[in-house]
Amino acid sequence: MFLINCPYCGERDQSEFSAGGEAHIERPKQPTELSDDQWAEFLFMRKNIKGIQYERWNHTHGCRKWFNMVRDTSNDKIHAVYKMGEKPPVK
Amino acid sequence: MSKNLRITNNNFIDQTSRISFKFDGKTLYGFKGDTLASALLANNIHLVGRSFKYHRPRGIMTCGSEEPNAILQIGNDSSMTEPNTRATEIELYEGLEASSQNCWPSVNFDIGAINNFFSPLIPAAFYYKTFMWPANFWKLYEYFIRKSAGLGRSPTEPDKDIYDHRYLHCDVLIVGGGISGIMAAKTAAKNNLNTVLIDDKNILGGTTLFQQNECFKINNSYSNEWLKKEIETLNSFNNLTIKTRTTLAAYHSYNYLLARENLTDHLDLKDKKDKIRQRLWKIRAKKVIIATGAMERPLIFDNNDRPGIFLSSSIKKYIDFYGVKCGQKISLFTNNDSAYETAISLNNRGVSVNSVVDIRDKTNSLIVKQVEKLGIKIHWKSSVINTNGYKKINCIEIMKLSDDGTAAVGKKINEECDCLGISGGWTPRVHLFTQSGGKLKFRDEDNVFLPDKSELSQISIGSCNGDFELDEVVKNSVNLTNKFLNVNNNDYENLEIIASKEIDKKNIWLLPSDKPLGKTKPFLDFQNDSTANDIKLALREGFKSIEHVKRYTTTGMATDQGKLSNMHALGIIAETAGVKMGELGTTTFRPPYTPLTFGAIVGRNVGEFFDITRKTPIHDWHVKNKAEFENVGQWKRAWYYPRSNENMHEAVQRESKAARDSAGILDASTLGKIDIQGTDASEFLNRVYTNAWSKLEIGKCRYGLMLNEDGMVYDDGVTTRLSENHYLMTTTTGGAANVLSKMEDYLQTEWPELDVYLTSVTDHYATVSICGPNSKKILSKVIPNLDLSDKKFPHMSFKNALIDNIKCRVMRISFTGEHSYEINIQSSYGKSTWEKCIDAGKEFNITPYGTETMHLLRAEKGFIIAGQDTDGTMTPVDLQMDWIISKKKYDFIGKRSLYRSDTIREDRKQLVGLLTDDPKEILEEGAQIVSETNKQPIEMLGHVTSSYFSPNLNKSIALAVLKNGKKLKGQKMIVPMKDKKINVTVTDTIFLDKENKRLNA
Repeated sequence: MFLINCPYCGERDQSEFSAGGEAHIERPKQPTELSDDQWAEFLFMRKNIKGIQYERWNHTHGCRKWFNMVRDTSNDKIHAVYKMGEKPPVK
Repeated sequence: MSKNLRITNNNFIDQTSRISFKFDGKTLYGFKGDTLASALLANNIHLVGRSFKYHRPRGIMTCGSEEPNAILQIGNDSSMTEPNTRATEIELYEGLEASSQNCWPSVNFDIGAINNFFSPLIPAAFYYKTFMWPANFWKLYEYFIRKSAGLGRSPTEPDKDIYDHRYLHCDVLIVGGGISGIMAAKTAAKNNLNTVLIDDKNILGGTTLFQQNECFKINNSYSNEWLKKEIETLNSFNNLTIKTRTTLAAYHSYNYLLARENLTDHLDLKDKKDKIRQRLWKIRAKKVIIATGAMERPLIFDNNDRPGIFLSSSIKKYIDFYGVKCGQKISLFTNNDSAYETAISLNNRGVSVNSVVDIRDKTNSLIVKQVEKLGIKIHWKSSVINTNGYKKINCIEIMKLSDDGTAAVGKKINEECDCLGISGGWTPRVHLFTQSGGKLKFRDEDNVFLPDKSELSQISIGSCNGDFELDEVVKNSVNLTNKFLNVNNNDYENLEIIASKEIDKKNIWLLPSDKPLGKTKPFLDFQNDSTANDIKLALREGFKSIEHVKRYTTTGMATDQGKLSNMHALGIIAETAGVKMGELGTTTFRPPYTPLTFGAIVGRNVGEFFDITRKTPIHDWHVKNKAEFENVGQWKRAWYYPRSNENMHEAVQRESKAARDSAGILDASTLGKIDIQGTDASEFLNRVYTNAWSKLEIGKCRYGLMLNEDGMVYDDGVTTRLSENHYLMTTTTGGAANVLSKMEDYLQTEWPELDVYLTSVTDHYATVSICGPNSKKILSKVIPNLDLSDKKFPHMSFKNALIDNIKCRVMRISFTGEHSYEINIQSSYGKSTWEKCIDAGKEFNITPYGTETMHLLRAEKGFIIAGQDTDGTMTPVDLQMDWIISKKKYDFIGKRSLYRSDTIREDRKQLVGLLTDDPKEILEEGAQIVSETNKQPIEMLGHVTSSYFSPNLNKSIALAVLKNGKKLKGQKMIVPMKDKKINVTVTDTIFLDKENKRLNA
């Protein structure tokens, strides 16, 4: 059970949060211009990395804010949390 | 009680308070402070169970949580009996009833023991191999296998005990109250850290607590006396919490730990009542110090499982701590120095030690010399090669070991004994460390896995960190603790320590015999009855991975999780396969460390508060009027209102007929309501719904369909434009929370530039829906000054109104196809408004209807229910709702997916109506649809999603999804059921009032 440092509320138990998959996948601005393959790439393709992964998390049972997290999936170490729209910390 | 088995002078057992208990129906006596195991041994009872597979007689073997044999059933109450408890961990209490398991008719005469004679025929994986074929015989096999498998009996009635959960936060958590843990706790507490020390025993001190031996002294005191004083000093710290009888069950990431505290298990039966039995502590510790010690290993040789064979350190604890002699003529068998401690303890208490059999060449450590001085015979470079005695050991066979240790040589010596203590060295308890994700390293010198790297703020100290000598334990524990806590406690500097140090080490995983391996029974896993032969068989059959060998032979898979057997299994695999143990690695240690009761996991039985129950403001009225309720998410919704003896079908027929003929009233308060405000509210709705919203006039309502980005229907509902920048969205009852979350997600992450605010207002308003041809007349009585003319208040529009000066919103919208109104009013006025409508409608036979009738009425009109007629694979086109997809809008959620190659396929499953050839026949929801039943395999073309008998049409109607359904209208299909085939015709989805005349009736 992680201890997650919500960028808005501070350190809270994982049970207050929900995971929202891979981060930094921007919804295409002009979906209609995309081929089926390009759209499928956005829609379905997600990384599942063993190691450093960028993830979206939501403080569902708290401030309800979405934020990003850098987590090492091999040992669950959270290296950084940062607000939506902010640049990810350098790898 | 056999008096001569109990030592009289003893500090730990209160021999003035006698306790009576029952074992296998026989009344016995013990003392306060005993465990069930020590009390049984004091009564000279060794045989306590039968082994799992061969039903061999088994006795108590250890004195702690690693006990594999003394697994007993406690209590015989059908609600509170507990199987598979370790007698070595059960504190004796007045009224305790225990019985042996896995034997019939009794532990002394067990029919199943015949398996022992057939044991050559029952090797590892016997069941896997034998009962594979013929495949359809499994049902028969299973019955018999299940009958013979399993250990204890489960309770058959609900548990009456009370359990509890609590959170605990601390700076430092110390697991284990032995000498290292106590020093660490004192260090932490002295430095003002909020400290918690837990130990699974009822008393702190670990094994040092009863270590009164000349060879182990601290500052000129026996180590036990020194430690006792240290324990006393702990009482002076307010910032130190000590929890005994508390087992650390699980160690998760981020120093989140679960510990089970036993609160009443040790109390007399009469004192247990109405108290919390066990509490599960959910601990979040900034730092964790693991001081869990080490477990003694057995030795693996022929017939090493007889009652009377103990781990040597257990014999020491039984005599030193419990004052119980495990035997009168005790032999010891070892590969290390610790059995010599046992020899000295026994000798001090006047118990004769036959001899010590040591596999090593003569060694000269302090403690060995002392044993020699006592005149105890030592068989150097020798091995016990076999034991005798069916229900209790009575003799051991000793032979010399060859130089390479692989053979037993020379003359066989038979030595009579009634007890054998074995010691194969020590295994650090690294379970918690590995549970937390820590990586282990292997130390070749004494074959131990030790904590290596961890990502968490934790250390292991003492023997769980591989320090087995007293002076090293003290020195290293102190240094590690100081460094870890970043403090400098100098209490333990300059301690004068006398400690016997082991000089020679030798280990043989599988000891030789004078017989071929196949003729011997060297047990590894005592509880699951797997032997060294089984491991070798698995390797011969090609299993290489330790995880596979474990599962094939079931070694380490019993309730003790292989605490005693894992290291030997690894050792034998490594040796046989010719690999290094360090490279072989270990199997995964998983929580819980010892079994937890379900009660402890579940916590308090809070009855109806287990989950939130949401009730509408009108709920009491429904109860009073005998509604049956349906759970929709967390909501209790009125399902139907049976009158006198009506069943559901009859009630629904009456309710739906009344709604169409005159007037019906529905509590729609559970529908999700989301208040949407902001200058970009219209643009936002444009993006989340498939249809266009910018041009919706203020005061008008519109139905919207929401898709996922993959183009599949997610939710639907009517949204009303209350003012320029203010909308009220309704969602399905079950979808409300998800819709809000989804919209928040898009607003925060994709479209942060939009000025939109979302508020869930579901609970703020009660919704009363009146429908039917007389609904207008009824509403005009409730709100007389509201112009209800079609011109002023047309379908799909809304008005602000007052009911007795209370503001409300009235929407003229319809989910039934009837002329209908929905009144939204503050929750607290919901019930009175409902009652007003009922009163006003009396003359029109206004009939309350529930969700079942609502479903029927909308199905007659072909309106979908998202989640019933859709399942996350239906696009609006599949639902034949092409009309709702805006062609003009550049983008909305899911739009691009509507023309992916897969979504434009014409033969997708599409929503259709079905009519049964026999109008009385009602289809089953979920039933499959096929076009023919002769050609196999039969292709499933679709399934029924909604099905009812419509009293208004006087026939059965159904909605279904059907492959290529749009083009199959008018075609015949078959719905095959278990006992018949139902012929149906594919139709349009709208069964009633295709022209929507009733909306304005």
